[in-house]
Amino acid sequence: MELRHIEPRHLLQGDTGDWEVIIGLEVHAQVSSESKLFSGAPATYGAGPNENVSLVDAAMPGMLPVINKYCVEQAVRTGLGLNAQIHLWSRFDRKNYFYPDLPQGYQISQFKDPIVGEGEIEVEVTPEDTITVGIERLHLEQDAGKSIHDISPSNSHVDLNRSGVALMEIVSKPEMRSADEAAAYFGKLRTIVRYLGTCDGNMDEGSMRADVNVSVRRPGGELGTRTETKNVNSLRYVRQVIDFEARRQIQVLENGGTIDQETLLFDVKTGETRTMRSKEDAHDYRYFPDPDLLPLVIEQSWVDEIKAGLPELPDVKKKRFSSEYGLSAYDASVLSMERDKADFFETVAKGRDGKLASNWVTTELFGALNKENLEIGQSPVSAGHLGKLIDLISDDTISGRIAKDVFEIMFETGDDPAKIVEERGLKQVTDTGAIEAAIDKIIADNPEQVAQVKEKPKTFGWFVGQVMKSTGGKANPKAVNEILKKKLGV
Amino acid sequence: MTKIENHTLSSLRDALKNKDLSSTEATQAYLSRIENASSLNSFITLTADKALDMAKASDAKLTKGEGGDLEGIPLGIKDLFCTKDVLTTAGSHILDGFKPGYESSVTSNLFNDGAVMLGKLNLDEFAMGSSNETSFYGPVISPWRRNGDTTKITPGGSSGGSASAVSAALCAGATATDTGGSIRQPAAFTGTVGIKPTYGRCSRWGTVAFASSLDQAGPITRTVRDGAIMLKSMAGYDPKDSTSINQAVPDYEAVLGQSVKGLKIGIPKEYRIDGMPAKIEDLWSKGIEWLKDAGCEIVDISLPLTKYALPVYYIVAPAEASSNLARYDGVKYGFRADGDLPIDELYEQTRAQGFGDEVKRRIMIGTYVLSAGYYDAYYLRAQKVRKKIFDEFHDAFKAVDLILTPSAPSAAFGLGEKSGDPVSMYLNDIFTVTANLAGLPGMSVPAGLDEQGLPLGLQLIARPLDEETMLKGGYVLEKAANFKARPEDWWI
Amino acid sequence: MSVDKKTAEKVARLARLAIPQDRLEPLADEINGILGWIEQLNEVDVDGVKAMASTVDMSLPLRDDKVADGPTGGGQPDNIVANAPQTEENFFVVPKVVD
Repeated sequence: MELRHIEPRHLLQGDTGDWEVIIGLEVHAQVSSESKLFSGAPATYGAGPNENVSLVDAAMPGMLPVINKYCVEQAVRTGLGLNAQIHLWSRFDRKNYFYPDLPQGYQISQFKDPIVGEGEIEVEVTPEDTITVGIERLHLEQDAGKSIHDISPSNSHVDLNRSGVALMEIVSKPEMRSADEAAAYFGKLRTIVRYLGTCDGNMDEGSMRADVNVSVRRPGGELGTRTETKNVNSLRYVRQVIDFEARRQIQVLENGGTIDQETLLFDVKTGETRTMRSKEDAHDYRYFPDPDLLPLVIEQSWVDEIKAGLPELPDVKKKRFSSEYGLSAYDASVLSMERDKADFFETVAKGRDGKLASNWVTTELFGALNKENLEIGQSPVSAGHLGKLIDLISDDTISGRIAKDVFEIMFETGDDPAKIVEERGLKQVTDTGAIEAAIDKIIADNPEQVAQVKEKPKTFGWFVGQVMKSTGGKANPKAVNEILKKKLGV
Repeated sequence: MTKIENHTLSSLRDALKNKDLSSTEATQAYLSRIENASSLNSFITLTADKALDMAKASDAKLTKGEGGDLEGIPLGIKDLFCTKDVLTTAGSHILDGFKPGYESSVTSNLFNDGAVMLGKLNLDEFAMGSSNETSFYGPVISPWRRNGDTTKITPGGSSGGSASAVSAALCAGATATDTGGSIRQPAAFTGTVGIKPTYGRCSRWGTVAFASSLDQAGPITRTVRDGAIMLKSMAGYDPKDSTSINQAVPDYEAVLGQSVKGLKIGIPKEYRIDGMPAKIEDLWSKGIEWLKDAGCEIVDISLPLTKYALPVYYIVAPAEASSNLARYDGVKYGFRADGDLPIDELYEQTRAQGFGDEVKRRIMIGTYVLSAGYYDAYYLRAQKVRKKIFDEFHDAFKAVDLILTPSAPSAAFGLGEKSGDPVSMYLNDIFTVTANLAGLPGMSVPAGLDEQGLPLGLQLIARPLDEETMLKGGYVLEKAANFKARPEDWWI
Repeated sequence: MSVDKKTAEKVARLARLAIPQDRLEPLADEINGILGWIEQLNEVDVDGVKAMASTVDMSLPLRDDKVADGPTGGGQPDNIVANAPQTEENFFVVPKVVD
């Protein structure tokens, strides 16, 4: 593979000098389809043993694959979402190897002619650090079944429920240079597929998992031998694998050893990688075009149609949030990361002050949701109500401070903010007569402070506080300020 | 009443319709012939009870004047077609005890049309062979013998059981499959008609796979008409097979007897190979004359890549087979080697004990030609040569309507006479394998006997999906050859 | 290209076929006999020729994303394991596999 020139960054210090970590990810994302890639068995998770298995998935003699159109469409959608080239002519190959969870003795995959070619995505590693990661390819393939080793001490039990489930394998270029970059990339892929609805991104159920390729080299030097750690299913584990592997490889090399090109497993208990014992022999997968299937030829018009139906993707949305609502890069990024959050924000922000809306959504709402461990979809405060609350602030019905109290009540009760304000009498006092009366009383009661305020302008705040206190916080702060200034002559 | 052995499928159909006899009677008559013919070893499994149940159901329909095109007609089914709840072996030890929970599309089509299944017919293991000697269930014997000689003769392969049973009148017709000639060569060896339709005409769903890009089902029957009737029922679009062609199946029987006047018949000079018996040359010339007499125009053509067809086949077919047969691992069905073995040894022992020598040889070749470093030199090159052969046929068919060749380079041989040398065995398919590589329909029609009294066949190859023209031509050849010879019932 | 005993052993291993040591040499010879005959393909000029994809002149048919009934659908665990040499509660059972 051609390696794009990337300036060395995020170097690791070894005993003998600096090292650069080179990372590539092969992410398997399960297509959110009803049925499997080549059979009509359900692709759902969590059924009884061999319950979701057709005769095709169990590789009964004479059974034949027929491809699921929806899965092809999702591969194209995802490819478009990765800004990648869509191949109108692609083909399925057989990858031959023996394993009990592989009933056919081969996996149907796309080796030579994948449906999606090169692309690239932007990845925000931190709000200040955005990198571009190249996509090598995306192809469709079958998932394998599952061997369960802990039912009996002497046997393994094979369940083929996952056998034949459609996966998109998304292969990155080896363009990541730190665990943070790799985790951010993996997270970004998850964001994209969830946006597109092509994969549910559920890592706990194995809907998304990564094979992590790691090698180290001297900065800008010759590429090192890489290891591949299989089936890593969380961002945290991806980080751990890379940190562990990079350190391990550096240590081996600095001690004069060599790295074996091998397949590893990650032990979540120890946080270490170990060699996979079962697949030790030299792999020779004998790929060849699957003669049960014809070349997959799709029309450009179909691709165009799919493209036209794509939702606005996070990168575009982020930029728009910045320009349209004047949000900071950070807020725009936080709000565009997940589609439902972005939609919520937009409903709140539509026709209102974008920054104010962003503050309320990211600080107050997300803070409250986080505290209660709720998803945006479970928010007791609807986007409509939050918008109304902002309106109440903007038209001076309530003050920003009161609004926070109102929000708390909204979060508890789910009530309309106008109703809360009305019922609890929280309306801001804008009647200057009433405010003037309150101020006059305070001036009259506190001659010492009045005398001081001209020398110590800082005590002005004390007056404001007293006015607010006497009006139960409802006085319009702007009016209070103006009248106070006039009356005190400051 | 006509004796069952003198019925063709079509005459039996008419007799059943006219209630000259019942399906139960026909079925019983065949069953008793089969019992007497055990020395031919043409059946692996006899399904007498099922056959009689099916016959009874057919009789109920026939009595009411109802039923499908094959109502009540007893057939033999090559044991490569999965039959629901009936042992299906593919002639292999590795499928010991395998009773599929499903019915192949081809047998479903036949049964939907009313056919009765007598049993499962012997074959070369996984259809790999040209003499039926690779079957785990032992070789099939042809009902034919050389004049004045009791040497056991092969019915050919891999559909040896189908050819032997039809030729010995143990069934009205039989299903067969053809990957490199496995329908046409046994048909030629046994004086029967064998039709391999266009690739994609018959669904492969539920038929044990040998080489997916070449496998095609078809009938072996007594007459061209019988073949046309059976093929119509077997063929048809099947959405469960991604290579199935979505086109209506014509009434093949309707074209029989139509004029072939003006048809251009190509005679490829490359099929005149060294060492071909004079009798086969003669018969080929006769075939040319018969078609000429019927008004066809004879065109000499050249298919220079013919000699490369078999080497291409012996890369492509084993490559596909090595992968198709990976599923036989002792985990999901069939035979599993004894012993408390670790998983990889379990695989190795199961497959070593479960497969016979020829199957293992082909798996080894197929694995080798696909392995790293050899793929380009063997597999990829073979698929390129295959494309050139395909193009060569398509070019030829711009100038001709049918191609006439001998079906096989020799008459049937004695058991064991060729089993020592794989390559000489493979050469049996030299004339038939081209149609598989190019996906074309081909058929063998009995045309005469050699000096020793063994049948010889002529092959017609047609354009893709043009089985009708091929059958018209076959029917003309059949009429002209007037092949009436029958093997003696020496086995009873 | 010719297959030696070691290659035969490697290929047998890839194909999961236990071949006794004393059978490897003869098997390699048989394979060489066949490959030798096959090598006449090298005479054919294949420059610029696209490898055969399929004899059927059509694109891969696509099926709708629907859960099917019958053989190509699920919900038939008994049928799935019915022919298996060893099963337990609808699982296939194999000797212990180590990852």
